[in-house]
Amino acid sequence: MARTPKVGVYICHCGINIAHTVDVEEVAGFAGRLPHVAVARHYTYMCSDPGQNLIKQDIEELGLTHVVVAACSPLMHETTFRLACQEKGLNPYQFEMANIREQCSWVHAAGPETTEKAKQLVASGVSKAILLEPLAEREAEVTPAALVIGGGVAGIHAALDIADAGFRVVLVERGPALGGRAMQLHKTFPTLEPVAGLIAPLIARLLGHPRIEVLTEAEVTEVSGYYGNFEIEVAIRNPQSAICNLQVGAIIVATGYDLFDPTALPEFGYGQYPEVITGMEFERLAAGGEITVNGKTPQDVVFIHCVGSRDAHRALPYCSRVCCMVTARQAHEIQQRLPEANVTVLYMDVRAFGKGFEEFYDEVRREGVLYRRANPSEIIRRGDKLIVRAEDTLLGEAVELPADLVVLAVGMTPRADTEKLAALLRLSRSPDGFFMEAHPKLRPVDTATGGVFLAGCCQGPKDIPDTIAQARAAAAAAMVPLMRGKVKVEAAVAFVEEELCAGCGVCAELCTYGALALHPVRGVMTVNPVLCQGCGACAMACPSGAMNLHHFTFDQVMAQVDTLVGHLS
Amino acid sequence: MSNSDFEPRIVAFLCNWCTYTGADLAGTSRIQYPPNVRIIRLMCSGAVDPVYVLKALLDGADGVLIGGCHPGDCHYQTGNYKARRRVAILKETLRQMGLEEDRLWLRWISASEGQRFADTITEMTAALKAMGPNPMRREWAV
Ligand SMILES: Cc1cc2nc3c(=O)[nH]c(=O)nc-3n(C[C@H](O)[C@H](O)[C@H](O)COP(=O)(O)OP(=O)(O)OC[C@H]3O[C@@H](n4cnc5c(N)ncnc54)[C@H](O)[C@@H]3O)c2cc1C
Ligand code: SF4
Ligand code: SF4
Ligand code: FES
Repeated sequence: MARTPKVGVYICHCGINIAHTVDVEEVAGFAGRLPHVAVARHYTYMCSDPGQNLIKQDIEELGLTHVVVAACSPLMHETTFRLACQEKGLNPYQFEMANIREQCSWVHAAGPETTEKAKQLVASGVSKAILLEPLAEREAEVTPAALVIGGGVAGIHAALDIADAGFRVVLVERGPALGGRAMQLHKTFPTLEPVAGLIAPLIARLLGHPRIEVLTEAEVTEVSGYYGNFEIEVAIRNPQSAICNLQVGAIIVATGYDLFDPTALPEFGYGQYPEVITGMEFERLAAGGEITVNGKTPQDVVFIHCVGSRDAHRALPYCSRVCCMVTARQAHEIQQRLPEANVTVLYMDVRAFGKGFEEFYDEVRREGVLYRRANPSEIIRRGDKLIVRAEDTLLGEAVELPADLVVLAVGMTPRADTEKLAALLRLSRSPDGFFMEAHPKLRPVDTATGGVFLAGCCQGPKDIPDTIAQARAAAAAAMVPLMRGKVKVEAAVAFVEEELCAGCGVCAELCTYGALALHPVRGVMTVNPVLCQGCGACAMACPSGAMNLHHFTFDQVMAQVDTLVGHLS
Repeated sequence: MSNSDFEPRIVAFLCNWCTYTGADLAGTSRIQYPPNVRIIRLMCSGAVDPVYVLKALLDGADGVLIGGCHPGDCHYQTGNYKARRRVAILKETLRQMGLEEDRLWLRWISASEGQRFADTITEMTAALKAMGPNPMRREWAV
């Protein structure tokens, strides 16, 4: 049978990220004395080329059968090291990672207890590793089509790219029209172009595209299947209401954002005074010809930044990224069209980080818009004027500003039904409530669900160029499997030891994916490895110990438990 | 062993998609918690075999944490409901064995709840300290 295991263990310093709280040298010394460990090393950055070369060299020169890297989370670098093993002919499933950064060095203080924990995590990894068996990576065919959910700027761009590359796209939009929030904007910062004029030709091209099918007033109601072969049910809710069933290989989520509701902050008087409006309402006001409030041309206009944003206690903790520039553009619009008006912007900070933003902000101030760093406390009515009361935080004094029009720069929030869609697609949400990407730094368009990608403001606030950049990136990522025509399917699936199986069928009842069926002749359970998603529910339930899960076998997990607690009793 | 210098040992079985990722987030956010927990990564809370839990407690772990996705959020749809049923039965078994059922915790912690993960470990460590060492440890100790 299998050769005697020969394990290589590699402890990463991660610069100082691990080494400053964990004594890496001691851990490596400890690892070197574990059974079956042929070599244990520590190195500054295991994921770097020289780090990976250490592993590759040892596989070649020492004939390692298994490799354990103790470093960051496997969710971060498991693939990196698996590929390194594979390059030297070692099966990628004979690799194991011990997470001593996210789950040890970063969460505990420097000291012997932290080093002790790291040692045990390494020992636990080694005890599992020596039982790891090679698994065959298999591939499944991909349905060469994509689903795009949401027809805003993000969805439109993603759909066009995928269809232009030659694949069929179905775009599902909940509303009656395409274009999303951008179609409600009057102009865009900092170039001041009319937005509808930029988007309308794209919509026309989308609607006329031979490979794009647009379903409006439609919603995704069910998603099943897996990466490469999703089955989708869409409900169309218009006079010709219908249910459609689609098959696609990849899904792009582009459902955009909702707006913060300023009635949650009663001091601004939104909903109470008609002269207090949101930034989005200003867009309509500006697009509608002459700017009037209550039938009169406003003399004093006050814009208020960050309404509901950057306020963890009462509203949204995050920055919505666009409001500073939206306000600058709207203040400019007023100043241009009503040169007599006094325009004041009350701000906390001005974040003008984008290309051309700072220049635009400077220009707006030169035109006469007054920027005051202030903390507004309430809005009251006095005669026919509103009074904005605030504390000027530079002068440290209370101020009262008369206003005929107050514009609240409200932030973006996740769509109200984000939860529902997250459950359908098995997506996670980040603490701000928007859909969560697979990794905040390295995988900004992927999600934890293979074949599902994120585009635009559904992942977090952004402006139109950033939305388009992410949408086109998501389209490119989604096209990888569509173009290859194949995706890797999970190799860590369930398997049956036939001689133990009593044919009771308990496991098959538990499988959500219909991956298990009794063999019609032999009367034992069989696993369909393409349908199996590797959840392990069947293995846990089998009364005979016949069902097991590759890469997380009963023996492997028991070995870990034994290593972690065996010495306690 | 007096309770004041007793450091409980917790074994945590965490599902890959939610709680394991939540524990990673606690790490990337540098949220500190006691070093008493040892994590074993499984794909789903529904894959936690009762034998794993019993083995850990019989061998002297002071507590076992099973962490999974919130109801409705399991990556495999229903694994966490399976875990919940299993834990109810396991607690009964622990009682029959004369072990405190509160040595076994089941918690739903999502990928974005790094703080909640850290708080859970802090609370569990404190609760186990108050409870004292697993009696199995004393029985077996020579
Ligand atoms: C006041 C204001 C002014 C702005 N001004 C500018 C500016 O000047 N310049 C700039 O670059 N950016 C500006 N922005 C930002 C800009 O609006 C966004 O960057 C852009 O609209 C994001 O596009 P999106 O496609 O991600 O989302 P959205 O425009 O929200 O589109 C999402 C689409 O998905 C649909 N949808 C939602 N849920 C579902 C579902 N479950 N099923 C099917 N369909 C669904 C929606 O109906 C919508 O059509 C501004 C934002 C605000 C709030
Ligand atoms: S539960 Fe076990 S014994 Fe019963 S059919 Fe499934 S594999 Fe066979
Ligand atoms: S591991 Fe999960 S998906 Fe695979 S056969 Fe078992 S129950 Fe079904
Ligand atoms: S995947 Fe998290 S509980 Fe099932």
